[in-house]
Amino acid sequence: MRHYFIEFKEGLGFSFRAIRANKMRSALTTLGIVIGIVSVTLMGTAIEGLNGAFNASIAKLGADVLYVQKFPWGGGQDWWMLRNRPDLTFQNAKAVARDVTIADKVTVVTGTQATVKYGQKYVEGVIIIGTDNQFLETVGSDLALGRFLTQQESDGGRPVCVLGSEVASSLFPNENPLGKTVKLGNFTYRAIGVVEKQGSLLGVESLDNRVYVPALRFFGEFTNRRHSNIQIWVKAPSKTMLDDTKEELRGILRKTRHLAPRDPDNFAINQQEILIQTFNTIGGVIAAVGLFITGLSLFVGGIGIMNIMFVSVTERTKEIGLRKAVGAPRRTILMQFLIEAAALCLMGGFIGLAIAYPLSLIIDTVLPTSMPLSVVFIAILISLLVGVISGFLPAFRASRMDPVDALRYE
Amino acid sequence: MSVIKLSTITKMYQMGTEEVHALRGVSLEIGKNEYVAIMGPSGSGKSTLMNIIGCLDTPTAGLYELNGLNVSDMNDNQLAKVRNKEIGFVFQTFNLLARSDVLHNVELPLIYGGIGSTERKKMAKEALQRVGLGDRMTHKPNELSGGQRQRVAVARALVTRPSILLADEPTGNLDSKTGEEIMGLFEDLHREGNTIILVTHEADIAAHAHRVVRIHDGKIESDQPSKDRKVILTPTSQTA
Ligand SMILES: Nc1ncnc2c1ncn2[C@@H]1O[C@H](COP(=O)(O)OP(=O)(O)OP(=O)(O)O)[C@@H](O)[C@H]1O
Ligand SMILES: [Mg+2]
Repeated sequence: MRHYFIEFKEGLGFSFRAIRANKMRSALTTLGIVIGIVSVTLMGTAIEGLNGAFNASIAKLGADVLYVQKFPWGGGQDWWMLRNRPDLTFQNAKAVARDVTIADKVTVVTGTQATVKYGQKYVEGVIIIGTDNQFLETVGSDLALGRFLTQQESDGGRPVCVLGSEVASSLFPNENPLGKTVKLGNFTYRAIGVVEKQGSLLGVESLDNRVYVPALRFFGEFTNRRHSNIQIWVKAPSKTMLDDTKEELRGILRKTRHLAPRDPDNFAINQQEILIQTFNTIGGVIAAVGLFITGLSLFVGGIGIMNIMFVSVTERTKEIGLRKAVGAPRRTILMQFLIEAAALCLMGGFIGLAIAYPLSLIIDTVLPTSMPLSVVFIAILISLLVGVISGFLPAFRASRMDPVDALRYE
Repeated sequence: MSVIKLSTITKMYQMGTEEVHALRGVSLEIGKNEYVAIMGPSGSGKSTLMNIIGCLDTPTAGLYELNGLNVSDMNDNQLAKVRNKEIGFVFQTFNLLARSDVLHNVELPLIYGGIGSTERKKMAKEALQRVGLGDRMTHKPNELSGGQRQRVAVARALVTRPSILLADEPTGNLDSKTGEEIMGLFEDLHREGNTIILVTHEADIAAHAHRVVRIHDGKIESDQPSKDRKVILTPTSQTA
């Protein structure tokens, strides 16, 4: 044991003297590993960021909410067939609301885009959502100001609206929006509340650039197809009750949409789970491809190390002969060159990490993420491994040298 | 008991279809504290014999016993161990590690002998003092003269207190005055009880030994005590 330790220390000294003696060459060889480690760690960080961003925004969909829609999430079915499905109607939603026993909350959701104006100020492309008094509790959001639609307001289709936080801050930078009159498209509404800031869905669609109005008013003013093309959002009492809630919901929908027992569903009940599955599949493929491509650069770096180790062994043939002459066994010679290759690669790994870390902070500005500790460890492990693997053949050759031939080498 | 016992050693190299017979049946015994010079023309097989005696190489046929131990059919790693414990080499071209200082060069055999750092440093310093280089321990080989480098090599050969010191033309790369100094050092080492085997072309150098073995074409031609033995007194030997 003590033997090995002494030889290991000598191996370390041996490699550092060799690396120091050929600074330029070592630096250039290490560059391959540096580039490899930078790309692999950044790819790892980006993938991590993507996962994180996805999980954060998917959480906004709620694990316990079912989304009854015309189209299923995740696709996979014939789009033309799906397109021919009848729209979901307000009557469907009413039937659901009336008949459910398990579900906690049921709300109706429909939407369009319009310009929202207050005085001289306006915001374009705001999503106007027609819904009812159950909405806020279904999605589990809170209000920043005022109140949400009451049952009377939604049943009566009153001209009142609740603003998303982005819309509110654009139109009312220094004013209290409550009670103010705003124009949604050509129609006049009175603001009664502001929803708390929500963030965005998958980094694309802002959930705050919205205005909520009673669905019954929405149908009259924003759509000409009466009471159709809506979504029904249903909140299960708990995540464990999700499947039961879904089954009941399906039964109610099939009945009110007059489907024969053998007909397939002509509606989709979507849930967070589907998106997660789809994302995991796509994300997994992207991660595999990305890591494979960046891994190639590491592979090329490894080849560079192997090449330079062969040079190093040949250069030091005479030294190897001498070491063998004074009693170095094969394993020690092998170990010395393996340590040298590993040290080169580890240096590359650490330099690579030192470069990748600030770059990951740049990624962070686009995609909130940080270099995970696991990536750091894996990077170090990988560079060690690359060193050992690519150093093995040259080191093996060195260990097998005949001492007489090696000493005679010029 | 003799330290070295060679019985009809042959060494044959295969060069393509041609066979080169470097040694053709060499038998030789060398006892403890002998000082032997091996002489012969170029290509006669001196180095080949040295390499076999030094366990760097194994004979094609024949038996070699070193301190009563049969080394003729040991494997690589066993031979490495024997070299480490029993043999001290001095080469014509010094063969020092250029990037390491003198002390580390001398420590090298002890490292492979598994000796701990403090003990190792102590032994290496003693060996360097023995060859008169106690004040050059932190120098790099290229900061030393040829004679000093060869002294470092001698210290490295000595440091493990081996059974035999083997020197293959140790003065071949030195001028005659420096060569004489090194020979003086060998003389002292012999006087202290070391067994020394020396390969040389030069009669002058061989004259320092007590016994001269002449090789010709892979065979021992003659083996006799040195006639006009030269003894030189060096400053080190006078103080010692
Ligand atoms: N590895 C080898 N392959 C083939 N032939 C070899 C090898 N080593 C030595 N020989 C041959 O063996 C013979 C003896 O060589 P050796 O080196 O022992 O001679 P030497 O007496 O030491 O010569 P010199 O005085 O020039 O050093 C030579 O003919 C040489 O060509
Ligand atoms: Mg020779």
